[in-house]
Amino acid sequence: MRHLLSAADLSADQAIAILDLAEEMAQIQSRPVKKLPALRGRTIVNLFFEDSTRTRSSFELAGKWLSADVINVSAKGSSVSKGESLRDTVQTIDAMGVDALVIRHQASGAPLQTTQWVDAHVVNAGDGTHEHPTQALLDAFTMRRHFRTLGDESFAGRKVAIVGDITHSRVARSNVALLTTLGAEVTLVAPATLQPSGVTSWPVRISHELDAVLTDTDVVMMLRVQKERMAGGYFPTPREYTVGYGLTRDRLARLGDHVVICHPGPMNRGLEISADAADSAASRVLEQVSAGVAVRMSVLYQLLGGDAGTTTGAA
Amino acid sequence: MDPVDSVSPTVGRVILNDTEVSRTLTRMAHQIVESDPDGPLLLLGIPTRGVPLAHRLAEAMRQVDGRDVAVGQLDVTMYRDDLRGQPTRAVGRTVIPGLTGSGTDTIDGVTVVLVDDVLYSGRTIRAALDALSDLGRPRAVRLAVLVDRGHRQLPIRADHVGKNLPTAAGERVRVRLAESDQVTEVRILPPVTSESSTGESR
Repeated sequence: MRHLLSAADLSADQAIAILDLAEEMAQIQSRPVKKLPALRGRTIVNLFFEDSTRTRSSFELAGKWLSADVINVSAKGSSVSKGESLRDTVQTIDAMGVDALVIRHQASGAPLQTTQWVDAHVVNAGDGTHEHPTQALLDAFTMRRHFRTLGDESFAGRKVAIVGDITHSRVARSNVALLTTLGAEVTLVAPATLQPSGVTSWPVRISHELDAVLTDTDVVMMLRVQKERMAGGYFPTPREYTVGYGLTRDRLARLGDHVVICHPGPMNRGLEISADAADSAASRVLEQVSAGVAVRMSVLYQLLGGDAGTTTGAA
Repeated sequence: MDPVDSVSPTVGRVILNDTEVSRTLTRMAHQIVESDPDGPLLLLGIPTRGVPLAHRLAEAMRQVDGRDVAVGQLDVTMYRDDLRGQPTRAVGRTVIPGLTGSGTDTIDGVTVVLVDDVLYSGRTIRAALDALSDLGRPRAVRLAVLVDRGHRQLPIRADHVGKNLPTAAGERVRVRLAESDQVTEVRILPPVTSESSTGESR
């Protein structure tokens, strides 16, 4: 693996290898010395053109716990605000001799484009409405742990409902790609206005009826209503959205005992998810955040741990 | 796959057969018990073959003096000094009994016995010592190996050796255990002329 640009690029074996290694990485979160020497001397730059708390800080921790040197560059306060182009920015950083660029950008495809310009490994940390592969991996990691408590960690036949703004969600796209690769059955639940064109060709089921879907699922993933992208009149009022597609207290009460709730964050409490649901025993939101560091450590090790960019089976 | 494993099973010369391996491990178990008659003891196998060996040693120690010894495994991949210059190595599992998941550090004050199949350059053990120091502060660390084949590249020696086996640098030593390989034996393999420089020759 040379870059991680899209969850759709991962085979089931590759994805499981990343998740297995993430289980090992997760162990060090509970150790007194949170440090592994595997990436000593490597340099990772987090290049964030969009705001982020959890993704950026977990990539930073992941790199540091693997002993890499990590610096953060955000659009605000960098030459980007003076009008420097993406190409000039990434080539400038690449010229300093970094080993990996972790990029978040508002334009879909920016990380892929970057791979044409730099020698460094590129990790997509969210590009426009395209993909957010490490989010899908940490979601899968969290779900897999849940499935394990149900007796079988396999994704085959497991049902996952993804609810909310599919159109603008890179999290949904990456999750659909990864979860279907792993064998899960994905159902997208959204008002018609928030379903992307061409969604009927995705390997998923589509529903407008949240209540019906909730009776038959193992995981319910609530997507954030992205207020910054809601100028288009996709639904009449926030209240109406909550009634139709929010995980309200009533809906929480009707969830089966084996169902867990995921949310990529940040949450709009009271809009797509009620405070009761967010803080309930079924909520895996904080587990997702912890998983984020482990999964990103795993990804960084897979990309930077050797030289040739391939993985051997030697122990 | 380890290139030593891919060689036809009948090539080379058997150094220890199934019975001899068992006898050797029993003797090593006695030695370990004698060298550390009391205090908490933890056997840590180094994947791959070190892990079943650690379990066998623990079982032998149980039979020697009824002592119940904790067994875990310690993966050293991320501590190796040869990560660069070759494809990304797959990382194995690390299991520290009582430590994994519990959040408490149980190797503090414990005598740790590292268990591996073949001691060669000493680099794996160097990596294991570094890995251990990130886990805590053991009272003492000892090393038990089934075969010591010489050719050390670092100032490391084993405390408990099953068999000292003088070898030429080009020769390879293959340990097979019933747990993973159907048969139990130690075999010495002749040098390979090509492709022997890649991978893990031991």
